[in-house]
Amino acid sequence: MPNTLYDKIWNDHLVDQQDDGTALLFVDRHLVHEVTSPQAFEGLRNSNRKVRHPKLTLAVADHNVPTTDRSKGISDEESKIQVDTLESNCKEFGIQLFGMGDKRQGIVHIIGPEQGFTQPGTVIVCGDSHTATHGAFGSLAFGIGTSEVEHVLATQTLVQKKAKNFRVNVDGKLPLGVTSKDVILQIIGKIGTAGGTGCVIEYAGNLIRSLSVEQRMTICNMTIEGGARAGLIAPDEKIFKYLEGKPMSPKGETWHKAIEHWKNLRTDDGAKFDKEINLKAEEILPMITWGTSPQDVITIDGKVPNPQNEEDEDRKNSLERSLNYMGLKPNMAAKDIKIDKVFIGSCTNGRIEDLREAAKILKDKKIATHVHAMVVPGSGLVKEQAEQEGLDKIFVNSGFEWREPGCSMCLAMNADKLKPQERCASTSNRNFEGRQGRGGRTHLVSPGMAAAAAISGNLDDVRKYQN
Amino acid sequence: MQKFNTLKSIPAYLPIVNIDTDMIIPKQFLKTIKRTGLGKNLFFEMRYDDSGNEINDFVLNQNPFSKSKILIAGKNFGCGSSREHAPWALLDFGITCVISSSFADIFYSNCFKNGILPIILNDEKIKELSEYANRKEEISINLSEEKIIYGNSEVNFKIDPFKKKCLLEGLDDIALSLKKTDKIQTFENNLKGKKPWIFND
Ligand code: SF4
Repeated sequence: MPNTLYDKIWNDHLVDQQDDGTALLFVDRHLVHEVTSPQAFEGLRNSNRKVRHPKLTLAVADHNVPTTDRSKGISDEESKIQVDTLESNCKEFGIQLFGMGDKRQGIVHIIGPEQGFTQPGTVIVCGDSHTATHGAFGSLAFGIGTSEVEHVLATQTLVQKKAKNFRVNVDGKLPLGVTSKDVILQIIGKIGTAGGTGCVIEYAGNLIRSLSVEQRMTICNMTIEGGARAGLIAPDEKIFKYLEGKPMSPKGETWHKAIEHWKNLRTDDGAKFDKEINLKAEEILPMITWGTSPQDVITIDGKVPNPQNEEDEDRKNSLERSLNYMGLKPNMAAKDIKIDKVFIGSCTNGRIEDLREAAKILKDKKIATHVHAMVVPGSGLVKEQAEQEGLDKIFVNSGFEWREPGCSMCLAMNADKLKPQERCASTSNRNFEGRQGRGGRTHLVSPGMAAAAAISGNLDDVRKYQN
Repeated sequence: MQKFNTLKSIPAYLPIVNIDTDMIIPKQFLKTIKRTGLGKNLFFEMRYDDSGNEINDFVLNQNPFSKSKILIAGKNFGCGSSREHAPWALLDFGITCVISSSFADIFYSNCFKNGILPIILNDEKIKELSEYANRKEEISINLSEEKIIYGNSEVNFKIDPFKKKCLLEGLDDIALSLKKTDKIQTFENNLKGKKPWIFND
């Protein structure tokens, strides 16, 4: 029987099929960060258990770290305890950690690929919902809860139920100024935040294949916003080339063996999908979100919706609530939305290509005087690379702040926060109420669109500034 | 994990529907590094006023309910985020059984991972049981026989046999999976031959 890529990875990791319909799956790679791991380590200690494979585990502090001067340490007492606890746990259990002073430190979903820890055909988990990012390499990658983190540490396996197969095909060529962020926002707008529930999504089609490795990560990253368990893309030459020579990639003879194996990682012709949708790349435009759910998307030429046009009472109420929270009027043009802040960063758009895309727009321009803007590179290595290319100078000259790596204002767990009613054009992935700070208002956009918004002082069309 | 078999307690009754995980434990308490210690912040917004004093009207602030091990609540209990801090907070407070007419999925399964028994009953039975809370009388739960005994009456509840076994034996998922160490070992040995790069050696 022809299999999907997901079926193949699943079957390849089956340790035991259990009577209650669940399966015990082997986990090849486990990423750990400070927020969802302390109780898992505490649990191991309390029951006298060990980490089964410390070498298959990689840890980093990212959510709570400051993005300004690191030499002062962390001022928030609880944040500091979480980061220190990760450090002592890693020491006790023999797990490799990229600490705050390490230049490899960065957002957990950025450092995995960067180090070659993320590899095709593997099962990758992390106590974090955006683990789906790693699916760009053709791995089955998904987020887990704290009890499951403990389970993986102790057994290197996980109890799982098989999900359904969902394929999203995108064919054609993207118009100028349109990026993979716009593609995924468009997909979520189309399927809704519950559209992928119970499914693993495979992204396919010639547009997807034409994307760079980093652009693919942006798409897989936001799969979770469409409700799916994981998102993946069949690996190809671009992936192999990306991984070659990375510190944790296979070497020598093993490298060739690995490539041979990775080449078979694709969906068989005729494999059955439970769900399938098709998109034409030509029809995708620069997108923004206007509301408090990632499915609230409109194009930059569009208008904010009017609740009065809704027949469904619940839908109408929820639109009204979102507009109210966002401080927007019905039918307002997207370009009339004035912003206070710009955030470029996160595991969605904090990689080198994202920074290049934004810098290209900002070169020789100044941001609007009322806008406060910052770039938070996804990792120390991204930061270093950007500085070598002189991108930091472009950002700083235009009026952006150039920060230290971390999650930062993606979720505002450190000191980087929106104030109540402040409005932000953000390259992150969630626009929930309070996500970037209590009362803060988030518009999700691509890095180029964030740069354009910074220059104009309102949400604006990146195509206007295309050089 | 603590074994669960029988439980006797005066139940506390919280007649609110859609109690979400934010109400059970608000997000400011997620920066903790422990599973324990969350009990004092259980139902934080309802339990304390702005200056941090206990609100006397709230049921869990009253005697004898401050020592209840059983909580009876409105439908759709535990909706919202997947945070395990919600069952941890209940457990730390001393509640090991929640009775409602329905539960949110993730919360329901998180209960079993932490030794809490969630019981689903129809509204009518819930009403009957809530009388015991009002009169401050004990009820008892017998998990192996799947029944609740109150006064001279009893009512049966249903629970997945596998989940029941885990609670009765105090087996968490990890203990169960560790029983399969042989299978894991065999899998790993094969893996080393088939994909040597996975183990990085
Ligand atoms: S950058 Fe944002 S979404 Fe990504 S791991 Fe950090 S907090 Fe989560």
